[in-house]
Amino acid sequence: MITLTFVYILAGLTFALFAGLGFMDRSNPKRFGNAAFWGLLALSMLAGDYLGDFGNGLLVLALVAIAGAGQIGRAPGGEVPAEVQAERAVRYGNFLLLVALIIPAVALAGTFLFKWVPGLADPNQATLISLALGVLAALAVGMARLRSPLMLPAQQGRRLLDAVGWAAVLPQMLASLGAVFALAGVGEVVGGLIGTAIPQGSLFGAVLAFGLGMALFTMVMGNAFAAFPVMMAAVGLPLLIKHYHGDPAVVAAIGMLAGFCGTLMTPMAANFNLVPAALLELKSPYGVIRAQIGTAVPLLAVNIVFIWLFAF
Amino acid sequence: MLVLIGIAIIIAGFLLRFNPLLVIMASALATGLAAGLDVQAIVAAFGKAFNDTRYVSIIWIVLPVIGLLEAYGLQQHARRLIDRMKGATLGRLLTSYLLLRQVMSAVGLTSVAGHAQTVRPLVAPMAEAAAEAKNDALTDDQREEVKAFAAATDNVGLFFGEDIFLAIGSILLMKGLLEGYGYVIEPLHFSMWAIPTAIAAFLIHGFRLRRLERRMTGKEASA
Repeated sequence: MITLTFVYILAGLTFALFAGLGFMDRSNPKRFGNAAFWGLLALSMLAGDYLGDFGNGLLVLALVAIAGAGQIGRAPGGEVPAEVQAERAVRYGNFLLLVALIIPAVALAGTFLFKWVPGLADPNQATLISLALGVLAALAVGMARLRSPLMLPAQQGRRLLDAVGWAAVLPQMLASLGAVFALAGVGEVVGGLIGTAIPQGSLFGAVLAFGLGMALFTMVMGNAFAAFPVMMAAVGLPLLIKHYHGDPAVVAAIGMLAGFCGTLMTPMAANFNLVPAALLELKSPYGVIRAQIGTAVPLLAVNIVFIWLFAF
Repeated sequence: MLVLIGIAIIIAGFLLRFNPLLVIMASALATGLAAGLDVQAIVAAFGKAFNDTRYVSIIWIVLPVIGLLEAYGLQQHARRLIDRMKGATLGRLLTSYLLLRQVMSAVGLTSVAGHAQTVRPLVAPMAEAAAEAKNDALTDDQREEVKAFAAATDNVGLFFGEDIFLAIGSILLMKGLLEGYGYVIEPLHFSMWAIPTAIAAFLIHGFRLRRLERRMTGKEASA
């Protein structure tokens, strides 16, 4: 049976390849830092389960030290010239599109297949496993037809990852910070503070505090999932559901979506906001957040009104 | 109260533009110490969480495929497709993607699209081409904004589609939490109440995409 371990091994080998190619790239003045950084990530993917908690913690400290010392960089250039790309685009055209669509198509087919036919792959991880299989299928089909040099996909993939840089592990780091926050009881303290800030006797005031609290706390934590239990315990349950008899399904469902509006506005949600800015090579890391604020703020207001209208 | 120092460090660190990885580590250490944990326990807790959340970083395995396809002209091909479609304006293109992403997410296909899989190789270059088709004097800043909106549209579509799907993590979290408080609720009820917001998100973001198109084609004085 295929499990998530297969995907971690594939990811580990990919990062190891990036580390090796990075090490050999003499045009990059920071090649040692890059090689060490991607090498440590490869180690984490391949052997994380054997390092122990403290060992993994030391690995993270090493990643932070490399990034914090500014030892990650990228070599200039390396991309295929635009004229060559344009010429090839005319020649291969829709085939490229077809290969690009292999990944989602396999991800889709695999997700259903692994849920319906038990025993092939871990059904709980069906999508991630299928995504990895899709990557392998797309590489095989693409390289066979395009007759690309063997190392070209790895070299170009490494170039793209170097452009993202340390931001590539930011989402994982923030998720881990959330775990430490939970351990220290940060949520309860924030929830208590918001609970005391609510005006007495005003239903709309309570709804407003709940909606804004979900958005603000999500912005701090970078994740609506972390904010939800706290805000429910502090405001949602005692006030909206128990005291004002609101519909729990509405309070929970739309409250969560109010939190998602916060996700659109915070650099803490790195995988949605900072990583794409790096991936698209935007000048400002906050470019994507800036584009989202105009949608998030009115939508948050709509969500607060929806809770008020539909729950009571 | 003292445990909130970690939040203060995060906010100050991001504002002062220190390396975010350093800021996160400093915040974790300060928070843990404030809660009375020793350094070794904090490092171990962080390491355990880091190992448990490795799946977050799996997405980078798609980069070799994207790199291969881009080297053979995928971005240029995406642009040419847009140039050939006469009716493909920036607003229509991104609004269609928004709808597609919302509908796909609503049936549980959240990982099918994304910033690495679809936005960088397809949606962003298509959006740029659509903007260029109507305005041959597109400035660098405008180009940046078009790309940023391509990524923003992916996020909005994902966030305000996925909660309609019954088996998504957030619905399971809501169900589990409320059950713990004695309220047994069918997942379908949570899904249903995500629909009004999904419609509102489509209308608000769609409206903003129309305005973006006008700004980019110079029909409206830019701010």
